[in-house]
Amino acid sequence: MSTMTIDKSGPTRKVKYGSMSRDRAWALRWSYFFLVLFAIFSLTPPLYMLVTSLKSSAEISAATNPWWVYHPTLENYIGLLTSNQFLRFFWNSAWVSIIVVTITMLISVPAAFALARMKFWGSATLATGVFLTYLIPDTLLFIPLFKMFAVFGDWTGIQLINRWYVLLLIYPTLTVPFCTWIMIGYFASIPKELDEAAIIDGASWFQTLTRIFIPVALPGLIAATIFAFTVSWAQFLYPLVFTTSTDQLVLPVGIITTLIKGDVFNWGQIMTGALLGAAPPLIIYAFLMDYYIAGLTAGATKG
Amino acid sequence: MADVTLRKVVKRYDDVEAVRGIDLDIADHEFVVLVGPSGCGKSTTLRMIAGLEDISDGDIMIGGDVVNDVPPKDRDIAMVFQNYALYPHMTVAENMSFGLRLKNYPKAEIKSRVTEAARMLDITDLIDRKPKQLSGGQRQRVAMGRAIVRNPKVFLFDEPLSNLDAKLRVQMRIEIKKVHQKVRTTTVYVTHDQVEAMTLADRVVVMNHGRIEQIGTPNELYHKPATKFVASFIGSPAMNFVPCRLEDVGGKLHVRLTDRLAFPLPPARAARYQAVPRTDKLLLGIRPEHITEARPHAEPGIEPFDAVLDVTEPMGMETLVYFTLEGTQVCGRVNPNAGAQDGGPLRLAVDLNNMHLLNEVTGAVL
Repeated sequence: MSTMTIDKSGPTRKVKYGSMSRDRAWALRWSYFFLVLFAIFSLTPPLYMLVTSLKSSAEISAATNPWWVYHPTLENYIGLLTSNQFLRFFWNSAWVSIIVVTITMLISVPAAFALARMKFWGSATLATGVFLTYLIPDTLLFIPLFKMFAVFGDWTGIQLINRWYVLLLIYPTLTVPFCTWIMIGYFASIPKELDEAAIIDGASWFQTLTRIFIPVALPGLIAATIFAFTVSWAQFLYPLVFTTSTDQLVLPVGIITTLIKGDVFNWGQIMTGALLGAAPPLIIYAFLMDYYIAGLTAGATKG
Repeated sequence: MADVTLRKVVKRYDDVEAVRGIDLDIADHEFVVLVGPSGCGKSTTLRMIAGLEDISDGDIMIGGDVVNDVPPKDRDIAMVFQNYALYPHMTVAENMSFGLRLKNYPKAEIKSRVTEAARMLDITDLIDRKPKQLSGGQRQRVAMGRAIVRNPKVFLFDEPLSNLDAKLRVQMRIEIKKVHQKVRTTTVYVTHDQVEAMTLADRVVVMNHGRIEQIGTPNELYHKPATKFVASFIGSPAMNFVPCRLEDVGGKLHVRLTDRLAFPLPPARAARYQAVPRTDKLLLGIRPEHITEARPHAEPGIEPFDAVLDVTEPMGMETLVYFTLEGTQVCGRVNPNAGAQDGGPLRLAVDLNNMHLLNEVTGAVL
């Protein structure tokens, strides 16, 4: 079906086929162009890290081609993975993140349910307020927070500063508002009749939450979980300020404070540590990517 | 199984009264339909019976107990929603058994009840499917099944057929009626569709502006409407209302429609309307089926007249004819063979034995 002649006598006009698909083809070309551009842009640093992590210190300081490894070695990986200190950082990070995620979910899911469904005086204002607190940057908060914990320590004798578990109190100030906000949006998109049906079926508020809302909003819940995990795993400023002893440090701070000795940068191990540190979120994303996207686009199309 | 009683029930939202003091007695086993235009308070009334809305004033009794402050789950009611409200993550069987599982019924009992309800609703094959895999009609059956398995005192239906297409709606209407004949549970059903109301109800409650206009059997409402609202709301095509007044001509009571058109009233009607002041502005209410083609021989109370038709609508079984009297459009139903044509003249007859006379100002049927 390449050409088709319909009218033999009438005025001839060049017939245009598939103008829609030509538009689409151009749109696709542009999308690929920009996608490739951004892929290169965002994948270059990790690639550089990977290349550097496979080099020996001698090769790094020899300043050969930075994009190529002439004598690949795993000495940086072996060095870090056999270092008790590094494993300690990893362990601290893992504990902090897992506990923070748990705390965040235990607070933000019921909070979101209450704000989205149990209409009470001021609930709408409160919901907006929750989101506004998220907008205050941590660079603004760390000094007053530090002061608060110091004063708290003076008054009660309970020392929280320079203990890894102080992070369990601080991180939720970042994660709870945002996760609550995500979950409010998700819960709000569930039809009102669904909880009314549950109430008539004899469910309490708690049962409505656990047996109807949480299963129905599972994609949103997973999105919020991933977010909370990523935030607490990657957090740098707060642990830098609040923890100083090496056995209390989490991974991002630990790498910086122990692998930079004065003006000596152990680049090979720094890059290796950063790569290893990026692995857990990467693995989690890979498994839960579909849920994450479904969660973030919830409400965009009401199914 | 229980009766439901509403005593002076009021619902206020801030400064708006959605329901303005309703009295209603629903007998055990009865199927009552609340019908009215949107915003008339019918859904609010149903939701107050369900306990989903607080009542601002008055009392609601189910089975003789005042339930004003009883939470929905303790009222022993089941509700079917317009958009089905099935739990999307549960199978049909899980949806239907959710209420029983919350109440910790024994597994065997739950299974037998679900099986029985599924059989009654003809959804046995669908029992393991998720709501997403069902059609609209099937979903509505599951929603009904969820109500049936609970074996509640009262069924509440909130416009359950509004989301279905016309054909399916007729089918499900029959289905609902069959279910009610089998289980005989007291039912309160809300709809804006007067056909649904007429076909399903033992008694119909017509509501308007938060008040009950009239309560009666479908036939009572159709033949003896109490107000202009009921007369115009029930029946399709709607009843005609023609401005008129009464006058005495030669000792007989006549109803005058236009300068040239007046009909003598049949004796029974004349006696009934004798006391109506002759100066009152009135409306003649007459249903389309009581305006037909003129018959060859005279019958008592059936008065012939000539009309020029504006539009005709052939329906197959009958033809609807529209003509104008003093600026008021009037609809009649004639035999398809009566020779009705757009713009053509036709000799019609009005059956005054079935007329209604209304006060134009108050809307009351005299």
